[in-house]
Amino acid sequence: MIEIKDLHKSYQTGSNSLHVLKGIDFNVQEGELVSIMGSSGSGKSTLLNILGMLDEADSGSYFLDGIPIKNLNEKIAAQYRNKFLGFIFQSFNLITYKNAVDNVAMPLYYQGVKRKERLEKAMHYLSKVGLADWATHLPNELSGGQKQRVAIARALASEPKVLLADEPTGALDTKTSYEVMDLIQGINDEGKTILIVTHEPDIADMTKRIVNLKDGVIIDDTIVVNQIKALANV
Amino acid sequence: MFNRDQWNEILEALTANWFRTLLTAFGVFWGIFILVILLAAGKGLENGVKLGFGNIATNTMFMWTQTASKPYKGLPKGRRYNFKIKDVPAIKDQIPGLLYVSPRNQLGGFNEANNVVRGLKTGAFSVYGDYPEIIRQNPITITSGRFINYGDIDDKRKVAVIGEKVKKELFEEGENPIGDYIKIQGVSFLVIGTYTKKSNNGDGEVQKEIYVPFTSFSQAFNYGDRVGWMAITAQDNQPITNLKKDIIDVVKTNHMIHPDDDRAVGNFDLYAEFSKISGLFIALKGVAYFVGTLILLSGIIGISNIMLIVVKERTKEIGIRRALGASPWAVRGQVLLESIFLTIVSGMVGIAVSTGIIFLINKILEGTPDGEETMFADPSVDLMVIFIAFLILITSGLLAGLIPAQIAIKTKPIDALRTE
Repeated sequence: MIEIKDLHKSYQTGSNSLHVLKGIDFNVQEGELVSIMGSSGSGKSTLLNILGMLDEADSGSYFLDGIPIKNLNEKIAAQYRNKFLGFIFQSFNLITYKNAVDNVAMPLYYQGVKRKERLEKAMHYLSKVGLADWATHLPNELSGGQKQRVAIARALASEPKVLLADEPTGALDTKTSYEVMDLIQGINDEGKTILIVTHEPDIADMTKRIVNLKDGVIIDDTIVVNQIKALANV
Repeated sequence: MFNRDQWNEILEALTANWFRTLLTAFGVFWGIFILVILLAAGKGLENGVKLGFGNIATNTMFMWTQTASKPYKGLPKGRRYNFKIKDVPAIKDQIPGLLYVSPRNQLGGFNEANNVVRGLKTGAFSVYGDYPEIIRQNPITITSGRFINYGDIDDKRKVAVIGEKVKKELFEEGENPIGDYIKIQGVSFLVIGTYTKKSNNGDGEVQKEIYVPFTSFSQAFNYGDRVGWMAITAQDNQPITNLKKDIIDVVKTNHMIHPDDDRAVGNFDLYAEFSKISGLFIALKGVAYFVGTLILLSGIIGISNIMLIVVKERTKEIGIRRALGASPWAVRGQVLLESIFLTIVSGMVGIAVSTGIIFLINKILEGTPDGEETMFADPSVDLMVIFIAFLILITSGLLAGLIPAQIAIKTKPIDALRTE
């Protein structure tokens, strides 16, 4: 699903150049649930941003489902993001003045789906994350866990090939974190490819594969033998 | 561009902080309000001043004789001469494009001795010998009876049309003057009509006039074929100013005046005066547009400014939208539409309120009694002005949104998302 070869990225800060990714080779198969771990500054978020087409690599190749992601203009990038990727953020990033169902329907709006169909689909995904009753509530009327579930429903709404989650449990307490992870595991079980950036080992243990990043290179890439079911810890 | 969702988005965004939206909208509202009010006030002043001309035919010149200032063909300088009645057909024949050529004679006038008697009452009035056409050049409103006609002219009937003030001074209250006689310098005239007339320098003097047929005037007061002066009106498509020289040349030839003698024929060109005033109002309109547009511009800068702030504030939201797949054009279009929408709505309110106020002023002006000097009448703006204002609004809304929209899409989604 994802093929990355020799990926480099550096940031210019004044006269200094900060080499963040120093040649990443990385493949993800369809249906995998991968966590990317590393201390802060290891380049994990940068990697996720490049995967999410929010940022562009300096060199190296990136194929998403066989499509080369290179030199995209903003219009194409927006289309690809919309079609191929679903984002889940640490700070949820819901649009504050839209209610839950409208938030979920946003990606469909940009796909040009008709309003009625869009709302139906959004309701479907909202009930999938167990929030059908909260459809008309604004984000500030929801708890952290509920917000993240709305965000997950939104990420799913456009039926993307890959879900990218940047510290999805970073702003949640442990119990809620596990509930969210349970949801993510469930989605993965249905066959969705999911990438999670985290620095929490317990969260990583709930994925099927852990990639460890340090100073811009992958130091460790292991398959989790005993994937922990999040539900068991709730 | 015109789907329901986009408008929902716009309304949501604008109502999210409606007080700020209101304040921003006020700038444009105020600009267009001032523009419309200024234009209407200019128009009102113009109407008022032009009303002061009465409904006098403005494409008119007046011409009278003075003394010859140059010797010519053996005739000395300083020679006095008079227009003759035969000058009238001469001018009509030789100058095409004239509507009326009215010879006029006058007796009495301002501060003259009493010249009209009726029974025991006397008064001092201006008495004009006129042709029926004069009523088209210098309109008066007949309040009873009729005006002079060609029957009167041909038969040299001694009839008179008197002003309401004349009637008041010579007749008792409630008395019907028509069919009665007045004596003008000892000659009896039958009153056949009364009139009123509007003027911006008081109604008093213009209603103290008496009109009698030109021919009877000449006969009764021994004028022979002399003509005091002429009122000449040209057809609408031909400014009298352009014909003036030709007309004067005809008179010069008829009366053996030196062709270069500029002082022999006195004239007053009403059209030129009227054009000067018209020019003044065009300038006034220009000032109104200038000032109004500048004020509008500051309103537009306000909108642009607030859109910049909105874009800054919503940097994160824009980042989210772009991560979800909003194309640059969707983002840009959103900002532009918001700005245009805000501009147009506030502009329309400005137009509505200002025209409402103009309507009220018109109502109040209608309430003032007739004949009062106002210098201000019927302020209004025509549809074209509203249309122009509307175009200005759309373009300015677009301009106001352009820079903020550009800034909105320049930020990378990743940077936008990082903003906390």
